[in-house]
Amino acid sequence: MSDIADRVRKIVVEHLNVEADKVTEKASFIDDLGADSLDQVELVMAFEEEFNVEIPDDAAESIQTFGDAVSFLEKAVN
Amino acid sequence: MTTLRRVVVTGLGIVSPMGADVEIAWRNILDGKSGAKRVDEFDVDDLACQIACRIPVGDGSNGTFNADDWMEPKEQRKVDPFIVYSMAAATQAIQSSGVPLDTDAQKERSGVLIGSGIGGIGGIYDASVTLHEKGPRRISPFFIPGRLINLAGGHVSIRFGLKGPNHAVVTACSTGAHAIGDAARLIALDDADVMVAGGTESPVNRLSLAGFAACRALSTGFNDRPTEASRPYDKGRDGFVMGEGAGVVVLEEYEHAKARGATIYGEVIGYGLSGDAHHITAPAEDGNGGYRCMQAALKRAGVSMADVDYINAHGTSTPLGDEIELGAVERLLGDAAANATMSSTKSATGHLLGAAGAIEAIFSLLAMRDNIAPPTLNLVDPSIETPIDLVPLKAREKEINIALSNSFGFGGTNASLVFRSVD
Repeated sequence: MSDIADRVRKIVVEHLNVEADKVTEKASFIDDLGADSLDQVELVMAFEEEFNVEIPDDAAESIQTFGDAVSFLEKAVN
Repeated sequence: MTTLRRVVVTGLGIVSPMGADVEIAWRNILDGKSGAKRVDEFDVDDLACQIACRIPVGDGSNGTFNADDWMEPKEQRKVDPFIVYSMAAATQAIQSSGVPLDTDAQKERSGVLIGSGIGGIGGIYDASVTLHEKGPRRISPFFIPGRLINLAGGHVSIRFGLKGPNHAVVTACSTGAHAIGDAARLIALDDADVMVAGGTESPVNRLSLAGFAACRALSTGFNDRPTEASRPYDKGRDGFVMGEGAGVVVLEEYEHAKARGATIYGEVIGYGLSGDAHHITAPAEDGNGGYRCMQAALKRAGVSMADVDYINAHGTSTPLGDEIELGAVERLLGDAAANATMSSTKSATGHLLGAAGAIEAIFSLLAMRDNIAPPTLNLVDPSIETPIDLVPLKAREKEINIALSNSFGFGGTNASLVFRSVD
């Protein structure tokens, strides 16, 4: 498990108030973790802040699952 | 137009400096406790007013307020406290009323009308700083829905499935009274059978304290003696003390309440509204706005001021307002003033702005239930002579069958409610 994945999971757990073990690679923020569209916007903002990156709106829309977020951020940070 | 239907109060909920439980808050009011203290969670050293009446925060026992009891932490984070207070007071009111909200038909005949004077001013302040320091991309998607005044009622409607009228009031310090009065009319006119109504406010922050002090509305001479600052009708008064919290009642059509054997706290028999058309912050000096407002409420109630056993005054402890209201009440009473009883519970709670009219409606109903007039604290040296008993310092037992509650707001907006006990 990468350091990035741990940091992303921590943000998801805090923002969506879910158990860490529910945050699996394929877990969809909206379908599996109880987020609504506004939660998803806020999650992306939190990722931007944590990793000091800018996530454009079209990229943000492609981030639907925990795995999507981790792979996007791994690329963005490296 | 249909014939007006009777409207009664069947549920009460409160979050206040006196406690976040109706019976405990009422007991503290009758015991003469004050909610005022020095503000300690942000810097107040450079503010003219450094005190406020604060909600006792705790684990939820003994009347303390535990936000987690009323709203999930995840949801609290997205809203200003006035919405959390509204949820707490509304949940108490609905649960205590036992009103059924199960079927679609019940939900569609039940609505919400909760207002606030200034809504999410704390969150607007914080987001402004974020915008300035970090730019627009750092503004949360929850910034707007977490600050809008009608979301105080919006969250309540979502939680309890209230699908009837969904409305909100913004009339400064008259908000809570207007909300209850307007909601009662929606039931009287057959738009709903049940309304969850009241006001909520979370104004204690640096921006509000600075703003109200700039209007010269706040007490500034009692920073070292907070509990003595709110002193309606007393010579030493120098402004109001800000309070925070929410009051919410369940209003119900009389036959609807009777059929299910509900506890009835009282009937809303009168509601009056008026405008001063005078000044943005100062009341009209002749008290004409308040006078006509009370007169309209009494007319609707079909009673005279002499029939009113207890008046819960607006009485904010400002130099101008207290005597103007008192004069208007005296003129309505005429010779009956000698038998009248009027007090200001703001002496204990401070001024809850948009929530004031709602918590004071609750105290008026409890005064009727228990036949006791709550005291006006710190009234040791009245600034004016009056035949009216202003209930200085100690609660007084009195048979109370009809109670009137006044609320007057910035902009010259006035509301009076009249309640009668129901056997």
